Amino acid sequence: MSELKTLYQDIILDHNKSPRNFKKLENANRHAEGYNPLCGDHYNIYLRVENDIIQEVSFEGAGCAISKASASVMSSLLKGKTKAEAEELIHVFHKLVTGDADPMEELDRLGKLAAFAGVSEFPARVKCASLAWHTLRAALENKNDVISTEK
Amino acid sequence: MKVAAETIAPLTSKDTLDVGRIRADFPILNRKVNGKPLVYLDNAATTQKPSVVVESLRRYYLEENSNIHRGVHYLSQKATEGYEGTRKKMRTFINAPDAHEIIFVRGTTEGINLVAHSFVRERIKPGEEILITGMEHHSNIVPWQIVCEMTGAHLRVVPINDKGEIIMEEYEKRLTPKVKFVSIVHISNSLGTVNPVKQMIEMAHAHDIPVLIDGAQTVSHKKVDVQDLDCDFFVFSGHKMFGPTGIGILFGKSEYLEQMPPYQGGGDMIKSVTFEKTIYNDLPYKFEAGTPNIAGVIALGSAVDYINGIGLDSIYAYEQDLLAYATAAVLGVDGLRIIGTAKNKSAVISFMLEDVHPHDIGTIIDAEGVAIRTGHHCTQPVMQRFGIPATARASFAVYNTKDEVDALIRGIDKARKVFQ
Ligand SMILES: Cc1ncc(COP(=O)(O)O)c(C=O)c1O
Repeated sequence: MSELKTLYQDIILDHNKSPRNFKKLENANRHAEGYNPLCGDHYNIYLRVENDIIQEVSFEGAGCAISKASASVMSSLLKGKTKAEAEELIHVFHKLVTGDADPMEELDRLGKLAAFAGVSEFPARVKCASLAWHTLRAALENKNDVISTEK
Repeated sequence: MKVAAETIAPLTSKDTLDVGRIRADFPILNRKVNGKPLVYLDNAATTQKPSVVVESLRRYYLEENSNIHRGVHYLSQKATEGYEGTRKKMRTFINAPDAHEIIFVRGTTEGINLVAHSFVRERIKPGEEILITGMEHHSNIVPWQIVCEMTGAHLRVVPINDKGEIIMEEYEKRLTPKVKFVSIVHISNSLGTVNPVKQMIEMAHAHDIPVLIDGAQTVSHKKVDVQDLDCDFFVFSGHKMFGPTGIGILFGKSEYLEQMPPYQGGGDMIKSVTFEKTIYNDLPYKFEAGTPNIAGVIALGSAVDYINGIGLDSIYAYEQDLLAYATAAVLGVDGLRIIGTAKNKSAVISFMLEDVHPHDIGTIIDAEGVAIRTGHHCTQPVMQRFGIPATARASFAVYNTKDEVDALIRGIDKARKVFQ
């Protein structure tokens, strides 16, 4: 149960229950759709990027607590970031959930994202946590294909 | 379960089924997972294996390993005897008229593909139809889509109702002269529905349409008599009936199997080979090219002996009782909804919990040692039909107990608490 506690952190439960930026962004100029056919998780990510800076971000969709909280926390961190900074965040998050980063060492860079450190103990849930982030990358690159966790 | 301790004869009714004794035959049930006793409720995916089956594999490899049908030496004859012995057991097990109608394949999936390519693809013409139902496993959908793509035939689907039952009037309506083949699941792995296949076969036969039954979820739970059903093909997997993975059975009526071309070419499936002409072997060997899964076949024979030792009638009665208990118990959970409420059901419960995604339920109750499946269960169209992304599914076998149902309920309660 202690491991489980580290997966379902309060931050995660909170963002699952009350997701932030949970709407369609009408004036978005970047958009991508992410889908995990294995569990049905499905999200749209919307961005408004101007002068290489993310001005606004939102998402909508449905899925498990891990995927939804991940999308919500992600959305709350992106505003004001450059594309390069966002890419860096994607990279750090990926390292975190696959167990390649020590959350204690990277606490500065991770901030709230550290709540997802427990995911690395649950290999079956890594895809849940990563879905929104893969989709974000696609939106930044302005790819319009549906991003699937199953290639 | 109370039973006279000295009972050794086969156990024959629900009151005398000694689940404690059965559990002792499955060593894995004693292990712990995440520090808790394992509660294995993913039997629709694959069942656990009794010691006799594992022992049978061990004995073959360590004491009898040899190829079949091709040696005069002692071991080869021994292996051939074991292999062909299982064929005879399988014939009796499903009451097929003849042992040569039992073809060893890798599993349900390969059995369906064999029929799709050697039978249906051979005879179907552009514009003609193959009929399936809305609750098929992907393995009874995709092979037919491939055949349709190759031939210009069309795949038609019989819809299901809100309980997860086939709508029989819609089935009747779709049995038009265009339909050349019907392929239906006997028991749904995601809903638990037991389909009225005997009646459905009779209806198809009234139009001279041959029928395949996907029996993957049937054979370890319910007696099958292919002559009584009068199905033309029946397929199932060994690993869902306490046997090893990688081995399964295709039953086909001789009259069809005789006409069908081989599925694969190679050794064992020929009588004679020259570069000018090859003469195919007789049934069943025509469909068993190459060295087969000999160990798997022999161990499957032990699995059948094991099932017969308990008796499918007792198994069925015991599991129905367990299903009734489990259904009542899960319905007592606030905000829980069962997906699949057919009148005639097998011991499978798919469910949704309000505000908790199936995936999260799965992870939380796994921490309690309870193994269930979450996802679409290889039946995405069923999920689409019910407008849900996934379900959590508990599926039972004869070794499960009411105590384990209680553990499941405790796990679900825990999931609710985490998310309240
Ligand atoms: C109803 C049904 N049909 C077919 C299959 C496929 O069986 P296998 O994967 O053993 O070929 C399954 C197993 O998941 C099943 O439940």
